[in-house]
Order: sequence, then structure tokens, then C-alpha cells
Amino acid sequence: METPAGFQEIAHTADWELYVWAADLNTLLEQAARGMYSLMAARLQSSPRQRRGFEIHYLDNESLLVSFLAELLLLSELENLGFDTFDLQIESERLIADLSGAPIESIAKEIKAVTYHNLAIRNTASGLEANIVFDV
Amino acid sequence: MINFHDIKEISKFEWEIPQSFRADMRVPVRIFATRQLLSEIMDDKSLEQAVNAATLPGLVGHVVVMPDMHQGYGFPIGGVAATLLPDGVISPGAIGYDINCGVRLLASQIPYEAAKPHLADLASALNHFCPSGVGTKGHIHLSEKDLDQVCREGSRWALKGGYASEADLRRTEEGGVFSEADPAQISRHAKERGRSQIGTLGAGNHFIEVDLVDQIFDAEAARVMGLQEDHLVVMIHCGSRGFGHQICTDYVKDFQSAVRRYGIHLPDRELVCAPLNSPEGKAYLSAMRGAANYAFANRQVLAHYARKAFEQALAGKVPDWHLHQVYDIAHNMGKVENHQVAGKELRVCVHRKGATRAFGPGFEGLPEEYRPIGQPVLVPGSMGTASWVLVGTAGSMERSFGSTCHGAGRKMSRSQAKKSIWGEELRTELEGRGIHVRAGSLPGLAEEAPQAYKDVDAVVETVANAGIARKVARLRPVAVIKG
Repeated sequence: METPAGFQEIAHTADWELYVWAADLNTLLEQAARGMYSLMAARLQSSPRQRRGFEIHYLDNESLLVSFLAELLLLSELENLGFDTFDLQIESERLIADLSGAPIESIAKEIKAVTYHNLAIRNTASGLEANIVFDV
Repeated sequence: MINFHDIKEISKFEWEIPQSFRADMRVPVRIFATRQLLSEIMDDKSLEQAVNAATLPGLVGHVVVMPDMHQGYGFPIGGVAATLLPDGVISPGAIGYDINCGVRLLASQIPYEAAKPHLADLASALNHFCPSGVGTKGHIHLSEKDLDQVCREGSRWALKGGYASEADLRRTEEGGVFSEADPAQISRHAKERGRSQIGTLGAGNHFIEVDLVDQIFDAEAARVMGLQEDHLVVMIHCGSRGFGHQICTDYVKDFQSAVRRYGIHLPDRELVCAPLNSPEGKAYLSAMRGAANYAFANRQVLAHYARKAFEQALAGKVPDWHLHQVYDIAHNMGKVENHQVAGKELRVCVHRKGATRAFGPGFEGLPEEYRPIGQPVLVPGSMGTASWVLVGTAGSMERSFGSTCHGAGRKMSRSQAKKSIWGEELRTELEGRGIHVRAGSLPGLAEEAPQAYKDVDAVVETVANAGIARKVARLRPVAVIKG
């Protein structure tokens, strides 16, 4: 039986596709982040713990999802940081993210970008779901 | 779902999805493929993506797709689309995140047999001098001012820094620099990503490969390019790294609201676009040219370090270890060009994503020695299989906006490749065939296994038979360096 929230890799000819599902938008963002790190095979160091915060002003929920993941990719590349604890507050057209994580020990695969390809956050009986395609 | 009965056969190598297939198509889709390759293409959603691409405002002629076509995101890999100036659109997703991903070929006077005992050392030296892999930083760290110069000057920046010769620049598309690049249109984040990555290969399907010239099909063109049978050449495949990725990410985001402002309705949000003469379109074009210049400089710096590796591994062991440039050409790019469409010369923006410019003989932008033979086209195969050198033709100018294929084209998903192929076994197999492999990641190696790709020879035969390129030489790998 499907868990209340999670992610799963879907076959894609050239790139990577991730199916994510959750009860609400905050958890969907968190699962998408965990799924993206899983695709990258990102391993975090045990210490030192690091916190980062940022805000995203967004057009719609799909734009929020892409911008949130793109911000995490940027932090992985510029500051070598990955995150495993997510405090996400969503107000009208604004996300306030407070993240906790650690320096990245290793990444096996590079993601170039998060795409909008066929991206739609769908309502389901148990919450929300989406398929995200990453350019690799 | 698109089936054979939706597609009109024009010849054994050319097919068409008519504009009437879907109400929102603005032009037909022209497919260069054999029946066999077309049936492989139908295994994924690439034709649906080509039909979606045919809805972009301002298109002229037809959307063209190549035999190495495969599913991408938004616009298919292997696609070409031309939009009319001044108010046709430019679409960042139809060029790709890796702006000016491309290929450089360097030739040598080194006979394979003379180099054979030293190939392991050569592979290790290339791996040492040319940083590859995820998050790798290069030998050069650019200041913000330097980065702006790279954006504006491309390979000219490399020439000033001692990483290039005038001969290298002559034999680079556009002389290695697009004018009208504007660093002011590029975000701070993109610049931060770009500062430490010049002269790095990256990961994924990017590589440096040492090949030998296995077979020559056009002796005169090969002579002009300096290609000799059984002699070594070097192929460098990479692009604009995180700098280009971030620029595309930024503009795809910005254009989500631009399409609303301009009342543009699209079947896929990854195709977002803006009119070429709009402030948004002009800004992206200037930023994209900056990324393209960065990619030219990146491949130039890698060529410089490849030369150092050859010197270290082969100086004193072969009579002449020097490498001279054959050509450098993009396969992810948007370019303003003149093309004949329905008997009229039009000024258009040609989007090529996983397709190579292939201008025929007589094109003035080519180095003088290449004008009689046509523009060199560099087609890397999958790892361990052949790569090809082709030239553009009059046919490519008439039928494919001066474009042809760019590689073998994937047919197996990355997840399937990882499940069915072990990187270690693959490396052993390649080494057993005399191919020296230096790979940063074994799972990454497995994803790029030859089994995951189409037959590059079949792709090249198709474009040659269709008349949109001519064969010059076939290359066989002897050393591969991958991130």
C-alpha cells in the first residue's frame, strides 16, 4: 500500500523523472527535495550541522516546486550543502524556508536543472502528486 | 500517441507529420529517419514533443527532427525550429540548459602504433589535466571582471590568456565569440556558478576521447582537415557548465510570466518563449550568447590542457605530439541566420537542440580552406563505439535549416541502464577491447553504456543518404575520460 508521502523514480529516455506524492504542498516540496537528493545519490557529512533560510515569491504551485528545487541545487553547488530537515511555511504566493543540513560528502550524479516539462501538481483522493523531470 | 498511419513517407529517409495532425500546430514536422530508426523513435514521447514544438509562434517552414532524436523535456533532443524575425519567439527550453554544448576535434600526426604503448599514460594525463566529475572546479578561478570578459569575448579571452592560438579561433564556429553578449543580463547566481568551472568537463554524457581515424570516406575533405588514417585525434564534448544551466533556469522561470503577458498559449510550460523583439527575448538572447561564449572558452581551455597532457605523455616518444584544431561546433544553440523558405530568403532564429549546424560549401563564415568542402560536423558516438566527421551540404541548407544529427541518441532510460549494466563490467569489457577508460563514477559509466544508445553508424548513414551531410571519416576510440 502506498505510504502517505514519498517519491519514486520513473524511467525516462535521456533524463530523470521523479513521481512524488504527499498530503499537502509543504510535504510535497519536502518529498521532492528528498527524491532529488536520492537521484543524485547525495550523502551528507554527519557534522557540522548548517542552517539556511530563503524566501521564494511564486506565480503558481508548479513554479514554486521548480524554484524550490532549483534553490537547493544552487546551494549544493555553491556552498556544497544538502538538507534533511525542512521547515516550510507557505503564505499567499510566498514560501519561507528554514532548512537544516550538513556539508555534502559525495554526489554520484549531477543534475543540470529542474524542468517544467509536463509539470502539473494534481489533486488526488489523499492529497497531491506530481511528476518532475530533471535535466541530467 | 503517434503511429505510422499519422506520418507521410516522403522517401526512405524522410517523413512528415502534417500540420493537420493537430489543430494547434503552426507548421508540419519533418523527420529524417529510416523506418527502423523511426520505429525506435516511437518507443518514447519524442514525436509528441516535436508536435508540441510545432506550436511555437512565428515558426516558418517545418520543425525538423534528426535520426538520433529522443525524448527530452519540452523540445525533443535532435530538434530544429526556425522562427521569423522580428516578432517570432525565442524559447530557452528549445536550446537547452547546457547552452552551446558542443564538440571540438583536434587532429595529430601521431600514428596509433607509435602511441599504443603509451595510451594508458596518456589517458591518465588527460584525466589529471582536464578536471571532470560532479562539482569539480578547474585550474582557473575567474574574478567577476574576468567572467564578464569571458562572456563578451569567448575564445578571444582564452587567446589573451595564452590558452589558444589564432589558428584555433579561425577553426571555431563564429571564431569562438558571439558579438552582442551582455553580462548585465546574467544573474549573480549564474556568475557565481561560472567563476570556478571554466576548463572543466562536468559529468553525464560529457567526455574527452582519444580516437584513431579508422576509415576515410572523402580523401580531399580529410586532407584539408588534417585527418590521416590510423593517426590519433582528440574529441572534447562539453558545454557551458553550471553557468549556462543557471542562465537557462533563470529565463525559463522569467518566461513563465512573459507568456501570460504576450498571450502565448503552449501545450508544455517548458516551451515558454518570448518574442525576439521583446525586452524579455532580447535579454535572453544576450545572456544566451554570453553562455555560448563561456562554452567556447571552456572547450578552448580544455584543449589547452589536453595539449599539455599529450606533451607530458608523448613528448620524446613520438616524433610530433602536437594537436591542431579541426573544428569546434555547437549542438545546443539559438542563432540568427538567413535561410530560404518557400523560395524566399528569410531572417530567422534557428533553435538547435541536439542538432548540429551543417552549412554547405561556399558559406562565407567558414575558414577559407573549408569553403570548398563545407562546414565540418562532429558527431560523437556512444562510449566505445565509432564517432564521425561529416561536412554540411547544399541539401542541409535546403531541407533542414543547415542542420544535421549530433550523436547516437539514447534509446534506453538511465534507470534501466543502471539496472542492467554494471559499470565495473563495462569498464573491463572496454579495456579488453583496447579502450583505456578513466571514469569518475562507475554508475555514471553504466548509464552511458553503448547499449543505452542507438547505432551511430545507422544515424550517420541516414543523414548521408538523406543528403543533409556527407561522410568524411569514421573514428574509433582508444581512450575515454568521463566525469
